[in-house]
Amino acid sequence: MKTSRNAIYGSLLLLPAAVLLWTFTYQPILVTIVDSLYSTPRGRRPARFIGLDHYETMMADPVFWKSLVNNLIYALTTIPLSIGLALAMALLVNAGIRGRALTRMAYFTPTVLPMVAVANIWMFFYTPDYGLLDQMLRPFGLGGNNWLGSSETALGALIAITVWKEAGFFMIFYLAALQQISPALIEAAQLEGAAPSQVFRRVTLPLLMPTTLFVAINAVIGAFRLVDHVFAMTKGGPDNATMLLLYYIYQVGFSFWDTGYAAALTVILLAALALIAMFQFGYADRRVHYR
Amino acid sequence: MKAAEHRVTGIDATTLGAWLLALLWILPLLYALFAAFHPPEYATRFDLLAPITLDNFRRAWNAAPFARYFFNTFVLVTLILACQFVLCTLAAYAFVCFPFRGSEVIFMLVLIQLMIMPEALLIENYRTLSRLGLLDTTLAMGLPYLASAFGIFLFRQTFKTIPRELEEAAHLEGANALQVLLRVFVPLAKPIYVAYGLVAVSYHWNNFLWPLVVTNSVETRPITVGLQIFATVEQGIDWSLVTAATLLSVAPLLVAFLIFQRQFVQSFMRAGIR
Repeated sequence: MKTSRNAIYGSLLLLPAAVLLWTFTYQPILVTIVDSLYSTPRGRRPARFIGLDHYETMMADPVFWKSLVNNLIYALTTIPLSIGLALAMALLVNAGIRGRALTRMAYFTPTVLPMVAVANIWMFFYTPDYGLLDQMLRPFGLGGNNWLGSSETALGALIAITVWKEAGFFMIFYLAALQQISPALIEAAQLEGAAPSQVFRRVTLPLLMPTTLFVAINAVIGAFRLVDHVFAMTKGGPDNATMLLLYYIYQVGFSFWDTGYAAALTVILLAALALIAMFQFGYADRRVHYR
Repeated sequence: MKAAEHRVTGIDATTLGAWLLALLWILPLLYALFAAFHPPEYATRFDLLAPITLDNFRRAWNAAPFARYFFNTFVLVTLILACQFVLCTLAAYAFVCFPFRGSEVIFMLVLIQLMIMPEALLIENYRTLSRLGLLDTTLAMGLPYLASAFGIFLFRQTFKTIPRELEEAAHLEGANALQVLLRVFVPLAKPIYVAYGLVAVSYHWNNFLWPLVVTNSVETRPITVGLQIFATVEQGIDWSLVTAATLLSVAPLLVAFLIFQRQFVQSFMRAGIR
């Protein structure tokens, strides 16, 4: 009796969310996988089954490889940098400094601003000759850089913005975690004669591991999801130097209208996200120390 | 969660380092303020004595329909937040109070959306909305986000901590399932609703890619897309104008953040710990 009542109430309550999640998450995942095996319909020519042709095209597509490598470089630089800075910020704010509320606010402010808006401000920093960076470097004879216009520096310029924007966000999670560490643990270590650096490495850091994992997973998802600054600053250029996977999907889908190929690219993105999910649930959850 | 006691000492190296980093972090915003409040000829020439003017804001406001963009963003964020509150509350209530065979599996399926966000599926979602005839509407910008896995997860964790005795007591007083939800669960979870609300508002106020894809008119475009279109036209020509427009578009959220700073920070912490 109880079970059938639960089933009716439960499914009725879940129904609205389930319909939306089906329509905009599960169904598109399945359709994307199927679509990636079909040609793009053009005019009166309908889509036909072509097997793995899109994937073969992809393997031979230098822009795809470029976007994948860029995305990996982007993730592997922004994530450690922003996490390291976030931890440093949290420790600084937590260290009983003067003006800690103001300092915390300064670190956190970039988080609440839209990426496209801050990209507009950063554009000025990177402007050749007139930009702030070049004005500061000129006295040292290092002016005349086109940070966003040259393929050696453009990706680095985007990485800097991302680190700037995300570090303050991740700091919040470290602050919350630091406040939950019992002072007794720190005192015990100090009584044992541990130096501050030892206390940090042996007590604080291990207790922050779950936070680090949580933040890292968020950062990885962000590295694949957030491409707003690519739109605002470089459009993937120069010469695909700042092409990221999601931006390439957008370009193939909405500029070239090659929806079949875009579906195949999306499958790669989904596979990358699924790999991260499996790592989180299978491997990392067991390795991290939980209290 | 009492903040640790801190002894405020003089200015040492740690404090100085923290302040320098803070200054570096706020520098882009300070520059934007400088450029926006001074005449264009000072945009690249720093002079503390430069005359202050509001002219850039006036020009920016008149150069693009920012009032309309603000209105669109406001409607979009309100729609998303209202629907997320209702849908996620109902779903979380179902998972906590009406478990049935298979509901654990359904919950695991819901969590998939934490990883695979609507943006990753933008091509297919665009086609779905095109088939529904909803392109270039506020509803289209909101629909993929209305059922949020994050919201369901957060509310479920919160509801689980509420003692079952309270629920049973309400039942004994003759309350039905909906009354129990509205009188017991929702009031007790209020801090989490505030926390989720602030996180969701700042996410959707700042969202760009999906609105860019589904909108193509002034009547629906949110402020982020509007600003981007404006800046693309003006880029590299008039920094004062671009920074004024940028500050205009972030002002409501920035002012709200500065006033409710403590609540914002605590909300992000609450939503993050779970």
